[in-house]
Amino acid sequence: MPTLHDILSTVLLQSYNTRIVVLGTAMLGLASGITGAFLLLRKRSLMGDALSHATFPGIGIAFAVMVSAGGSGKDLLGLLTGATISGVLGVLCMLAIRNTTRLRDDVAMGFALSVFFGTGAAVYAMVQTKPGAAGLESFIYGKAASMVFSDVVMISVVGILVTGTALLLLKEFMLLCFDEDFAASTGWPVLRLDILLLVLVTAVTVTGLQAVGLILIIAFLIIPPTAARFWTNSLRRMLVLSGAIGAMSGWLGASVSALFANLPAGALIVLTAAAIFLFSMLFGSARGVILKLLDQAKLQRRIGRQHLLRAAYEILETMGQPVSNQPIPRQELLEHRSWSNAELSRLLSQARHEDHIEPGTGADTSLIHLSESGFGEASRITRNHRLWELYLITHAEIAPSHVDRDADLVEHILGAEMVRALEAELKPRPAIPSSPHRIPSRSSSSSAT
Amino acid sequence: MLHEHPPDCPLSVHDLTVAYQRKPVIWDVDLNIPEGKLVGIVGPNGAGKSTLLKACLDLIPKTSGWVNIYGEPYRANRHLVGYVPQRESVDWDFPVSALDVVAMGTYRRLGWFRPVGKAEKAVALEALEKVGIAHLAGRQISQLSGGQQQRVFLARALAQDAKVYFMDEPFAAVDAATEQAIVTLLQELRNSGRTCLVVHHDLATVAQYFDWLIFLNLRVVASGPTAEVFNDDNLRKTYGGKLSLLDHAAEAIRRS
Amino acid sequence: MNWTTDDTWIALTGALCALACSLPGCFLVLRKMSMMGDAISHAVLPGLAIAFLVTGDRASLPMFLGAAATGVLTAVFTQWITRFGNIDQGAAMGIVFTTLFALGLILIVQAADHVDLDPGCVLYGAIEFITFDTVRLGGWEIPRAAVVNGGALLLNLVVIATLYKELRLSSFDSGLADTLGFSSGLLHYLLMTLVAVTTVAAFESVGSIIVIAMMIVPPAAALLLTRRLLPMLLISSGIATASAVLGHWMALVLPPLIGFERTNTSGMMAFTAGLLFTLAWIFSPSEGLLKRYTAGAISESGSYPNP
Repeated sequence: MPTLHDILSTVLLQSYNTRIVVLGTAMLGLASGITGAFLLLRKRSLMGDALSHATFPGIGIAFAVMVSAGGSGKDLLGLLTGATISGVLGVLCMLAIRNTTRLRDDVAMGFALSVFFGTGAAVYAMVQTKPGAAGLESFIYGKAASMVFSDVVMISVVGILVTGTALLLLKEFMLLCFDEDFAASTGWPVLRLDILLLVLVTAVTVTGLQAVGLILIIAFLIIPPTAARFWTNSLRRMLVLSGAIGAMSGWLGASVSALFANLPAGALIVLTAAAIFLFSMLFGSARGVILKLLDQAKLQRRIGRQHLLRAAYEILETMGQPVSNQPIPRQELLEHRSWSNAELSRLLSQARHEDHIEPGTGADTSLIHLSESGFGEASRITRNHRLWELYLITHAEIAPSHVDRDADLVEHILGAEMVRALEAELKPRPAIPSSPHRIPSRSSSSSAT
Repeated sequence: MLHEHPPDCPLSVHDLTVAYQRKPVIWDVDLNIPEGKLVGIVGPNGAGKSTLLKACLDLIPKTSGWVNIYGEPYRANRHLVGYVPQRESVDWDFPVSALDVVAMGTYRRLGWFRPVGKAEKAVALEALEKVGIAHLAGRQISQLSGGQQQRVFLARALAQDAKVYFMDEPFAAVDAATEQAIVTLLQELRNSGRTCLVVHHDLATVAQYFDWLIFLNLRVVASGPTAEVFNDDNLRKTYGGKLSLLDHAAEAIRRS
Repeated sequence: MNWTTDDTWIALTGALCALACSLPGCFLVLRKMSMMGDAISHAVLPGLAIAFLVTGDRASLPMFLGAAATGVLTAVFTQWITRFGNIDQGAAMGIVFTTLFALGLILIVQAADHVDLDPGCVLYGAIEFITFDTVRLGGWEIPRAAVVNGGALLLNLVVIATLYKELRLSSFDSGLADTLGFSSGLLHYLLMTLVAVTTVAAFESVGSIIVIAMMIVPPAAALLLTRRLLPMLLISSGIATASAVLGHWMALVLPPLIGFERTNTSGMMAFTAGLLFTLAWIFSPSEGLLKRYTAGAISESGSYPNP
């Protein structure tokens, strides 16, 4: 096991090798995080997957061409050029399919991926008999741990160019991803913007393939933006965060792999990014799962409370005018709405928790007595509900027989502001207008909800 | 031919045919729309209403024919045109605020590279004000109701500051208050000399909202001032044997 | 060229595999999930590794089960992330398969001390060598790969024939299928199980290239030629078979023509499928490029709607 000192010296980049790998992967994570965000918003996250496979034939052909021209065949620049050309061809092929057939993006990407990859395998098998072809594949599909200084330089140059272009064209790409038709109608060259975006992705992909390998670059283009989306609803912040998550995955993952020498750096970086994704999906402050669950539970509690108090108030109304706070038989509450016994018990214990009913009564007693604050809340809620019903009747030409249900759905989103507007709108009205439709009486069972 | 298509006409369409694969979707459309009118485009599902708009806006290839905006081809006079696409055509989960979306209406004037600045934001905010939801400017668009989203789209078109507006079903699935707000807005636009072409579904309100109607079912059945063309005969020609719709329409005529 | 019995077996096995893949592939394409085959073929790596670590043996059955289970898990995880995270299906798929693949790589490195479980061989099964691994079946010496892929094909045929109308319904309108009482969720996972089993069966015996290509390309080409499901399945099967047979023939004929000794048969089959797709793309009588350009339906704007 690594000691604390090892960990510190790695994370703080004290060894040269670690520094190179960490810098390179972090830079790549930044660039792909930003370009990947646009892919995600364009619903083409798997483009990196398609592209990285589509580079395959280009590498084989470039090798063959260079060998037959008398070179070594393993000139990095030549191979990368081949990869880029073939990747761009894959992109163009995909866009052509999408724009001239009714096949959708996923099929177009899948086609480019599989056919180019297959062709690449065929080409690769052909050129393998040439001298010097051994290891061509691993030469081009690199490993993060074997990164050297020149790789870092190349990644940085490409990364800065790509990030710069993406930021310069932020508003154009935003428009392209959000509303293509509107963009076209106002004269933006949609197809060319689309190609440009994919060229940026190609640049990142080809650079990344060579430096860190296939699976990592695919993951880098997908995971950071998706994780970032859980934290923010603003595109700009999402871009920044996505780049940061990419860079952080690179830094942490590469550091861990430096500590455990036999574990592949690329895979560790992917797992780091995946862990960040999982954390973001659960705890994200804008769209996280837990946040959503909490919101839902809160809403349910609020709706339950409103239903209970309104039911109580409506029963009190039938017990005599003016309405006064008196004990209500539990059985009547049960009959008033379509609650099951258990549901009512849960609502009652929640209400006691919120001090809406007197402490002596509640879930298991046969008489329910609202507390003073509960009674006040009940009349407020009933009033809002009736105000809304009246509003709907007066302004939305909704038949009164349907109102009860509609109001039930909508009143839960009525804010104080809306209530004030309604009050102004409906003046002069009694403080608590009477219900415009028949309120279920003691004997009849509930019709609402 | 020129005398048929006066140059000051906000929209003139001649001999327009659009075909998907081999099936024509709209056929031989000829239109001249006078300036300052609220124009309703009505017809049954699949009659080619959206297709007509998209072909006018150069979003889909025309099989034949041409479209002029104020006497020039679309490309030359595109700055005079505003567009409100169908609400469902975009992903409302997109991470932008209402203000961001409305500011898109100013992008064409901004040109390449220049980011949205104070002036554009002011224009966008003013447009949001006009549709009555300026207080929601910072809201992420998925947190808006359907009616509010539709208002955002309208505000974006207002920010374009166009002379001819093409609106694809702005009344689809909006609440009564929004419908009323949109109608008021359309009337304001008309009163300031703008022309609006609106795809509309509800025959009950069509006569009340629009002062010019295009009945479309693959070809133009009728086009003209509402008082002249909104009658049983044109409705039957447009909607064919769809009896329930006809009854509905007959009732609408009785009311109007 | 010298076509031998071995070549017949290779072409036949390739055709069986292509058929087995293209049948569920049609439904994947209709459900906008065409990348699933690719995702699963990457994602099964940890399944293989775990099966090996548990049994300590490279025997086929545990490996097969491990891989198929991971394949189904890929679909399950993708579905969860799509639903609970409310994100694009493609992105969810990408997250799941890259993560699983990375996990698999690490497990394999851990196991590497005692085994040569090369990740490369996961991606490149070799259809050229299937005749070295045969089983006796009714007095015949049959390549194991032919039996495996034939079995997968049979399974797919039986399931699709039995549930044809349910699958058709849920592919076009999952909401409607639910209201009519067919659980589209159940059908989804059934389809994903088919895809996983087919993928694993195929790539273990003949390599992943054929799987990925045949799940997408023949159905996509068929979709350009017809808009109805049954003809689509039939045309797609025809294209898949033709890709395999022609592909192997080209693999024998083409390299000598351009000065090389040999090539990769799976790759050539994928390439041939691409060629056949291109033919359909250009010459489709209803919506081919040729038809479009001669009909003048494409303007210089170059964009065409996806109705």
